[in-house]
Amino acid sequence: MSGKTLFDKLWKSHLVRENGDGTSLLYIDRQLIHEVTSPQAFDGMRLTNRSLWRTEANVAVPDHNIPTKDRDKGIEDPISKLQVDTLDKNCDSFQIKEFKMSDPNQGIVHVIGPEQGLTLPGMAIVCGDSHTSTHGALGALAFGIGTSEVEHVLATQCLIQQKSKNMLIKVDGKLKQGITAKDLILFIIGKIGTAGGTGYAIEFGGNAIKALSMEGRMTVCNMTIEAGARAGLIAVDQTTLDYVNGKPFSPKGELWEKAREYWKTLQSDEDAAFDKTIEINANDINPMVTWGTSPELVVDVEGEIPFSANRKFQPALDYMGLEMGVPIKDILLDKIFIGSCTNSRIEDLREAAKVVEGKKIADSIKLAMVVPGSGPVKDQAEKEGLDKIFLNAGFEWREPGCSMCLAMNADRLESGERCASTSNRNFEGRQGQGGRTHLVSPAMAAAAAIKGYFVNVTTNWNN
Amino acid sequence: MEKFQTFTGVVAPLNRANIDTDAIIPKQFLKSIHRTGFGPNLFDEWRYLDHGEPGQDCSNRPLNQDFVLNQNRYKSASILLTRENFGCGSSREHAPWALSDYGFKTIIAESFADIFYNNCFKNGILPITLDEENILSLFKKTESKPGFALMVNLDEQSLIDPSGSTLVFELEKFRKDALLNGLDEIGLTLSHAAVIRVFETNYQKKYPWLFTT
Ligand code: SF4
Repeated sequence: MSGKTLFDKLWKSHLVRENGDGTSLLYIDRQLIHEVTSPQAFDGMRLTNRSLWRTEANVAVPDHNIPTKDRDKGIEDPISKLQVDTLDKNCDSFQIKEFKMSDPNQGIVHVIGPEQGLTLPGMAIVCGDSHTSTHGALGALAFGIGTSEVEHVLATQCLIQQKSKNMLIKVDGKLKQGITAKDLILFIIGKIGTAGGTGYAIEFGGNAIKALSMEGRMTVCNMTIEAGARAGLIAVDQTTLDYVNGKPFSPKGELWEKAREYWKTLQSDEDAAFDKTIEINANDINPMVTWGTSPELVVDVEGEIPFSANRKFQPALDYMGLEMGVPIKDILLDKIFIGSCTNSRIEDLREAAKVVEGKKIADSIKLAMVVPGSGPVKDQAEKEGLDKIFLNAGFEWREPGCSMCLAMNADRLESGERCASTSNRNFEGRQGQGGRTHLVSPAMAAAAAIKGYFVNVTTNWNN
Repeated sequence: MEKFQTFTGVVAPLNRANIDTDAIIPKQFLKSIHRTGFGPNLFDEWRYLDHGEPGQDCSNRPLNQDFVLNQNRYKSASILLTRENFGCGSSREHAPWALSDYGFKTIIAESFADIFYNNCFKNGILPITLDEENILSLFKKTESKPGFALMVNLDEQSLIDPSGSTLVFELEKFRKDALLNGLDEIGLTLSHAAVIRVFETNYQKKYPWLFTT
């Protein structure tokens, strides 16, 4: 019999019962909650008069609707305000731990979970949010769910699930200087497509993955959902343990020792069988830029928008205001967004700051903004003087939240505006109705801010 | 949840791949704290020429006449026909809420994104997967015959067109049962409460650090 994959192991450790119809009841360790996908779940709990199964398993934070400036004035949009107030009220009445808008540790739900040690290796983690896949970077089974399932977990601490298949994406070789986890995952999505991972849990392995920092691993797992897979996974190693050690809610003392021994087993066995394996050579990858309205429509910055005989890209090109054959470096930008649960961690901000240090954003750029992923990320960046670097270059330095990743708050693109964004989705209207999004790494977004168009950050681009 | 019953409905064709949940229901409508009322804003950015905001009266908004749901022949559609990877993107259950509120009971596609697919069953919507050949043939029929309707029979897992020709679709049994019986899944899980408690006790012994916060 062949060995077990990491996903198999995590599945087994959370298996409460098999239902006999192809589904299983799975135990959930942690539910993360935000204001957008939870109100109807709490309503359901009240309607059915059910109580929480395990209160402490739930942690909440408002992030999607939160203003990123003048926060002391509160939320201006009454509908956004109602949603955040509703979260506060629900958490108060169900006694759920919440990092409120005014809390110094508030931030994007997928940034604060790992940062606080609230998401740990070996856990099963859910959230009413598709980018829950992020937490798989810590060797946890983490996936997004709908609101009905949020309610299910509140009431039962379990979910009825059907086991996914196992996919391994093995990235060997070495990423070239200046190539980031973001370029890697965009490259992978370009290769397997946005439905390539549907029905699978994807484990990322190989030397190039092992060489990534935790921040980089989170970027990769974050965008696994953009490849169609609900869960992305990376085996636990010393990098993981070093990251988790000393986080506010991670285990301490004897419990730490015990946990660490267990966490070290969280890897696929040598002889584990995967239903599908894809091999990628890290040496092949250049800075990536999306040009269409799906993350799979992506090319190398040195490339051009591809020709397609059957014109199936036409709607995307029309929306983006682009044509086949246009070199990526000819695309002019209006706005720059550095942020989102994909790329708003300290390392991302450091990379971007390195690029902009001592320079000024191009006159043609209407707005360039940096939105840190959380309060602690913002504090750390300010300690390192990164805020000054960005401000001196002409960037705006904002308060933490989802911001222009999906533009539920006041930060958005106007119709026709073109943005280099470090977020994860370039869907039509995602960053504002009629807005045009190009997904890139933080360094690429930063360089685009300086030039006003895309350049290859791995070259001598500022000459 | 209501039980899913056999019905006959007009088919509306939406011939695009990778339709994401942001397109199905744009983010500004996610600010609602209710489960209902999303129907008028289904596909908002494609359906109307102006920018939609929550709470607005949609009856006077300028319609995009080119958009398929605005064409008279599809006005009463309750079956949506589309291409691959429908419902990709965010986990928002507002997407099936909007489809259902609009009146769609069935979506036929070449494939669906996982989370969306799952969310459909929690809301009484039957997502049906067919291969490309059958999808293309349904597009042809839908576009060439105004009022083209299909009978959806979940129990027999069949789609029957007016000429009597029948297509059979695959569906996992547990999903079929959930729709046919209108199951309360939470109630069902709670019927195993004792098993969950036992599991939890053993689990806590094994992984005590997970029970400190
Ligand atoms: S940053 Fe963007 S993708 Fe991440 S949780 Fe917020 S809205 Fe979703």
